[in-house]
Amino acid sequence: MSSEPAFLQVEALAKRFAGATEPVFDEVNFSVAQGEFVCIIGHSGCGKTTILNVLAGLDTASAGHVFMDQREVAGPSLERGVVFQGHALMPWLSVRSNIAFAVRSKWPDWNRAQVQEHVERYVAMVGLSAAIDQKPSQLSGGMKQRVGIARAFAIQPRMLLLDEPFGALDALTRGTIQDELLRICAETHQTVFMITHDVDEAILLADRILLMSNGPQARVAEIVRNTMPRARMRATLHHDPQYYRIRNHLVDFLVSRSAGLAHGRAPAQPPEVSPGLHDEPPPADPRPQPVPLRRIA
Amino acid sequence: MLHSLNARAALLSLVLLLIVLGVWHAATLSPAGTPTVAPQPLTPEQIEYAKLMGKDPSADAAAAPAKSGFPTLAQMASAATKHLSQPFYDNGPNDKGLGLQLAHSLARVALGYGLAALIAIPLGFVIGMSPLVYRALDPFIQVLKPISPLAWMPLALYTIKDSSISGVFVIFICSIWPMLINTAFGVANVRREWLNVARTLEVRPLRRAFEVVLPAAAPTILTGMRISMGIAWLVIVAAEMLVGGTGIGYFVWNEWNNLSLPNVIFAILVIGVVGMALDALFARLQKAVTYVE
Repeated sequence: MSSEPAFLQVEALAKRFAGATEPVFDEVNFSVAQGEFVCIIGHSGCGKTTILNVLAGLDTASAGHVFMDQREVAGPSLERGVVFQGHALMPWLSVRSNIAFAVRSKWPDWNRAQVQEHVERYVAMVGLSAAIDQKPSQLSGGMKQRVGIARAFAIQPRMLLLDEPFGALDALTRGTIQDELLRICAETHQTVFMITHDVDEAILLADRILLMSNGPQARVAEIVRNTMPRARMRATLHHDPQYYRIRNHLVDFLVSRSAGLAHGRAPAQPPEVSPGLHDEPPPADPRPQPVPLRRIA
Repeated sequence: MLHSLNARAALLSLVLLLIVLGVWHAATLSPAGTPTVAPQPLTPEQIEYAKLMGKDPSADAAAAPAKSGFPTLAQMASAATKHLSQPFYDNGPNDKGLGLQLAHSLARVALGYGLAALIAIPLGFVIGMSPLVYRALDPFIQVLKPISPLAWMPLALYTIKDSSISGVFVIFICSIWPMLINTAFGVANVRREWLNVARTLEVRPLRRAFEVVLPAAAPTILTGMRISMGIAWLVIVAAEMLVGGTGIGYFVWNEWNNLSLPNVIFAILVIGVVGMALDALFARLQKAVTYVE
């Protein structure tokens, strides 16, 4: 990493619930660069969702700090969009009104036409123009999650936080939406922090993958650099031998190493590894330079 | 024709109605022999008493059996046509049309209920939003809620010193609790994730209250309003019997004092129909704000 402060910097974050002897996690350190897609993987109970909620400003940590753009995160902000695990759409509003609710929050002085134009653009982005006036209850699970994604993108946050957004979807739907997310992120150069339980999803989407050890006292034990080329395709991903090296590394960690690193046995400053490239010179940064935020026109 | 469930249910309802009317008719039919049997021969004292009360037993004798018995269907029908043809006449304090009496009752209910809603819904919002206020007010609500609304009547009459306003107060006090409790419950149980959405979007408190919490809690609030309206309509009849003057409850009591059972029965039916209409109105409102998750 460069010496200049990262876009998002997490320092010595810890969370202890009242009455517990050990913190759920402590000494969590990592950073996210602008335009980077970072996934976090770990077993249930290691505090991933708590970390994400702290980043979102919805929860507070017991210790440690989160800085975005060198300013401390102290509460929710329109700069950080969240896609919730259970879509969290308001069932009494249509797709259009759900997204318009977010758009009006960000730009309160826009007139009706501006809001509608903006809403329609983002609904089209996730391919739901035909369903724009339907209520969430009339949509399938995958469509609802798409609306959730469109709502988060529509406010053009500087950072997007996704809490296992595809967990409840079937494999086929998940694949389609993953492709969509990949395309949208490539178009918008969105900075993303995402929780997932799916190793393949992480390899498909992420530039770097944070591996968390088991709780209690979980930590980010290792950071895996995704050495696959950025232009990844779900259809061809598994033909690349490098894919299996990364995948094996991740699965090995989750199956055999993460439990042994509980109770604070993981390092506080996680090493960054590039599986499959140990014997080769360290790889060039797959993302050359932080790209300034650009939006779909 | 009889294949749809609705049609069959309607037919069954009609049959049941006819059975009830048939039993009524049979029970009130004067048996062939009895009319000839004269009513209990009156003792001289009773005749004396009747004359003192302004009644001449000898003139009344023919009409007496039919008048003192349960009304027949024909008497009911004539009472109904009388009331329906002239609902709004006003011949002084004790002789007003049924429609006029109903209007008095409905106005009292509307006033008491409206005041209760004006207080209960905002207060319920505050209680639902704040766990502190919720716990602080809970003992009061738990004690005040089970009190029969009519138990407030003496206190209301003493402090307000106006029987009509006391009636309104009783409606107010009985309809406030379900609305208050349901509003607080609905507001306190708005799904956390919707509130989190509002928080991440930096939605201001007032906008959050009106655009997130209110629509989310609206079905629960409307349920409370519907229950309250049901109770208010039950209580107004009893309250008007107590305070007198005007209203459908007073009408029932007055007709009972007149021993005019057809009027009493017709008024009972009207109370039921109006209660049903009020409930249907709220059911429709409830349907309008209900959402499918």
